[in-house]
Amino acid sequence: MTKLLKIRNLSISFTQYIKGLNQKELQVITDLSLDIHESEIIAILGASGSGKSLLANAILGILPPNALVSGSIKYKGNELTNQLRKKLKGTKISLIPQSVNYLNPLMIVQEQAIGTTQTQEEKEEKILRQQKIFKEYGLSKDVNQMYPFQLSGGMARKVLISTALLNNPDVIIADEPTPGLDQQAVTETINNLINLKKKKVGMILITHDINTAIRTSDKIAILYLGFVIEITNTKNFKDNGEKLLHPYTKALYNALPETHFKLTKGTQPSYHNIPKGCPYQENCPHKTDKCIKILPELKTINDTQIRCHHPLIKGE
Amino acid sequence: MNKKRTIRFIEHKAIRFILLIISVAIFSFILINLSPINPVRVYLGEVAVSEAQRVMLEQYWGINQPITVKLFNWFTCILHGDFGTSLIYRIPVIDVIFQKFSASLILMLISWCFSGLIGFGLGIIAGKNKGSLIDKIIKVYCYILQSAPSFWIGLVVLIIFSVSLGWFPIGFGVPIGTLENNVTIFEWIARLILPVLTLSMVGVAPIAMYTRNELVDVLSSDYILFAKSRGEFGWDLIERQALRNILLPVITLQFLSFNELFGGAVLVEQVFSYPGIGQTAVMAGLQSDVPLLLAIVIFSAIFVFTGNLIADIIYYFVDPRIKENETIEDY
Repeated sequence: MTKLLKIRNLSISFTQYIKGLNQKELQVITDLSLDIHESEIIAILGASGSGKSLLANAILGILPPNALVSGSIKYKGNELTNQLRKKLKGTKISLIPQSVNYLNPLMIVQEQAIGTTQTQEEKEEKILRQQKIFKEYGLSKDVNQMYPFQLSGGMARKVLISTALLNNPDVIIADEPTPGLDQQAVTETINNLINLKKKKVGMILITHDINTAIRTSDKIAILYLGFVIEITNTKNFKDNGEKLLHPYTKALYNALPETHFKLTKGTQPSYHNIPKGCPYQENCPHKTDKCIKILPELKTINDTQIRCHHPLIKGE
Repeated sequence: MNKKRTIRFIEHKAIRFILLIISVAIFSFILINLSPINPVRVYLGEVAVSEAQRVMLEQYWGINQPITVKLFNWFTCILHGDFGTSLIYRIPVIDVIFQKFSASLILMLISWCFSGLIGFGLGIIAGKNKGSLIDKIIKVYCYILQSAPSFWIGLVVLIIFSVSLGWFPIGFGVPIGTLENNVTIFEWIARLILPVLTLSMVGVAPIAMYTRNELVDVLSSDYILFAKSRGEFGWDLIERQALRNILLPVITLQFLSFNELFGGAVLVEQVFSYPGIGQTAVMAGLQSDVPLLLAIVIFSAIFVFTGNLIADIIYYFVDPRIKENETIEDY
């Protein structure tokens, strides 16, 4: 399998003004490392506001100007500079955005689906491709001339996926593709995403819905306070979750209705006071002095990458 | 379907228009009747007359008739289409209005177009370069113009271009000593430039600020972010994704600004002695030419109504989103 994207030690922070002229640096993603291969779906799972969407924006280079980014992103071995990004954006790397709000409300769907074109020939050629994709997804010809507000939730989702597919991308970043859809539309969307693997697409699926992640992905990376705390194979989310190593991942899995429906007390702390040591220390039942003082490194145990001083290796 | 809706729209607007004009007419008539205007005194001025002659004049002009009779007389004049006879000009009011209003309309229309185009352009430049030096310059310019009264700007323009530089005549619609019919087009244009300049300068500020804010809003929207993620950038991005989205509200605002335009024109015409409707209104007020004054009120109401009507039409019939909502309601 070819490695498409290699993200190493990516950190994103924002400079914010709090109370007058006091500047504060807000760390939203810390030390994120991730690989995406061909025909692989890797889910980024995290609570709302855990910096998931910013990862997508960082890869595409559309972060707001007050964001600071460090670390490296490589595309097929080449450093993803702004110049390279300009070439890849919208062609080799595509975004499937969250909602219909990402379509221009005053532009007909077809015009948005094909994107910008330089010449008439290019336009006609793109329209042909677009109509083929629309047909594949069961979008009728009427949809071409519709405005975004006329689309239903499911149709809008399909249109958004179509826009991403038009230029046969290698990497697709899907940002929350399922919320707000009914069960049937969710299943349909998930199947559509899985089918993209046949086209050798590598996908980053950003979601806070653990069910979608389990049903779709090959690997799941769990984000907590902007830290990757575990990257594990999706198939480890089964039975009692014996192969899940991080206490947070385990708690997440056990909270599902299908498993134990067991809620863990405590909430994710605010980004304004990220603890010094392990990000999960506040809610962790296995906390020791070491966890408070030292931030654990991401290490590999049994094919799983984990950031924890006391991984749950033998079950509990 | 669409035809039915159009007819309903027209009906709705027509009823509103008639009601508006009738109420404007009645209210302004009552107001003027209550004001201490006495046409006989103004007419006589310093001329000494006996009390008997004064009473005769008052009788002739119907000063002491009850207000209902006065109102009825006036409405008959309106229905005749001449709006009565102007006391100053001694010709039917409608002729005065026609002549002066066309002079003003040219002035207002040209400055309206200029202020719209320049304001929109400046707004786009400022919005695209939000936070940069050019944005700040445009913003400061707009704030100054927005807070300065138009007659003051007119005076400054007059001082700079006419008095100091001597490029343009100081005022009047025609050169002194020339009959109106003998004015060449160039002489006429030369007198139009400064009032147009002043009115445009004043009109630029709101439209530029509005365009800027609309563009800033649109540029921070999700669909612009998505377009950027697909490799669109720079002017192409704005042209393709943002322009049509801000054009509609901006044009609507520009039509809604007809009343400000009219108010500005009144003051500017006064400063430049431009023989338009504004100057005529001031004259009619000062010299108690009641029929003329009332007619001006009504015609300016029609003028402002037209602006709002066009804005409404654009709003209802151009934006695809509104079309859809209306159809749903119709079912």
